[in-house]
Amino acid sequence: MSAHAELLTRMAVTLVVLLVAAPMLVWVERRLLARFQLRLGPNRVGPFGILQTVADALKLLTKEDWVPPFADPVPYVVAPMILGITVLGAFAVVPFTASGAIVDLDVGLLFFLAMSSVGVYSVMLAGVASNSKYAMLGAVRAAAQMISYELAMGLSLASIVLIAGSFNLHDIVVAQQGLPYVVIQPFAFVVFVIAGLAELKRAPFDLPEAENEIVAGFHTEYSSMKFALFFLGEYLGMILIGAIATTVFLGGGNGPFLPAPVWFAIKVGLFIYLFIWARATLPRFRYDHLMAFGWKVLLPVALLNLMVTGALVVARTAGS
Amino acid sequence: MKVRTHYPPWAAVTGLLRAMWIIFKYQFRRPVTIQYPEQRAPVAPRNRGRIVLTRDPDGEERCVGCYLCAVVCPVDCIALQATEDEHGRRYPEWFQINFSRCIYCGFCEEACPTYAIQLTPDYEMGEHQRSHLIYHKDDLLIDGPGKRHQYNFYRHAGVEIGGKDKGEAIAEEPAVDIRDLLP
Repeated sequence: MSAHAELLTRMAVTLVVLLVAAPMLVWVERRLLARFQLRLGPNRVGPFGILQTVADALKLLTKEDWVPPFADPVPYVVAPMILGITVLGAFAVVPFTASGAIVDLDVGLLFFLAMSSVGVYSVMLAGVASNSKYAMLGAVRAAAQMISYELAMGLSLASIVLIAGSFNLHDIVVAQQGLPYVVIQPFAFVVFVIAGLAELKRAPFDLPEAENEIVAGFHTEYSSMKFALFFLGEYLGMILIGAIATTVFLGGGNGPFLPAPVWFAIKVGLFIYLFIWARATLPRFRYDHLMAFGWKVLLPVALLNLMVTGALVVARTAGS
Repeated sequence: MKVRTHYPPWAAVTGLLRAMWIIFKYQFRRPVTIQYPEQRAPVAPRNRGRIVLTRDPDGEERCVGCYLCAVVCPVDCIALQATEDEHGRRYPEWFQINFSRCIYCGFCEEACPTYAIQLTPDYEMGEHQRSHLIYHKDDLLIDGPGKRHQYNFYRHAGVEIGGKDKGEAIAEEPAVDIRDLLP
């Protein structure tokens, strides 16, 4: 098989798996959340209600695709596309298999951070272009939150880069063959998971779409497929953050007996379970608490961790 | 009770972990959902649901058309027209309950002097048209006596109807001959 054909098949398989997994995740979340709350969740459509998402998707597709007359049409239409493209684009560097990612990028980790940063533009554009107060408030909150937590996330990943000596995600996985970095870097792990939750705009960091206060936040004015893209982006984002956490802290596809993609899926599943579990447990942050936590707790912890890690790495290289 | 205002710095973490653990345990509990069309919640025998008009043990209508239910109804959903048959028994000529307004408060049942109007445990009254929620007398009247199996208003009341003269009711003294009491 030529290199191009292999690349294309890899892309196609990844896309299909992701675009099937993301709607399934909606069902998984609803069922799991229901069990946490002593309910049953959707169990009517198909076996165990598994086709509920198909029904929901059909409903979304057949809804009127409406651009509000007060909205700024071009950024309004472009905003959900940006989210879809950035989230799906970031998957290009995730090493699902033993042989690495679709694109074996030497700055893979940076590429992921860049993509999630560009994703913020989607939220901001959506909020501003909607030209409505709830969307605006949601966008302002989202921008502030994602920018603040991106710092802590980047710093927590930087300490891993110091240890692994590479930005290449495949190299990072290979470096964890003996011991996953969650053991060496527990603080970075905790900071990354919390900051990741904030990046996902999921509970308890769901202020940008706090439905009790600001309707649906930045996607208040969206309907039909454009709304579905935001929805898809959120669930793909869950998989993405889980995948990056798996790659960087849990050793990616490393594991005995089972093939790498299976191990990878199991580990990502654990993270998704954690995200849903956190949503079932924790109430939403207050806005000032959110900012205080991000800047006064998460950032110092990540910085301190980075400094100590850097010192230890320097000491070890100097000693040897 | 003393309200605790100062917590150790690790209280946030321990509190969070404890909450997470409690929720984790909850997912193994049995869900409380009752899957409605197949499973049904038990209904109390005195549940206030669909309103019926009952009959006395002899099979006659209990309602005497006194309008007390219509008067007491807080949402004015009961309407009726009283009339009298050839034996002097009062009964409603027509009787309507508008269930789109009814709030199932049960005041009509409490007000009824003859136990005619009663609320039943049936709550499945959905309709596609509002006009179908207006029940008429033949929709409301049931064949049985409802909650009071033996009660028959005209056997207790002193009023004279065909087949029962004054003084013949249960626990009623024979009618007094007022001329006898003249000095």
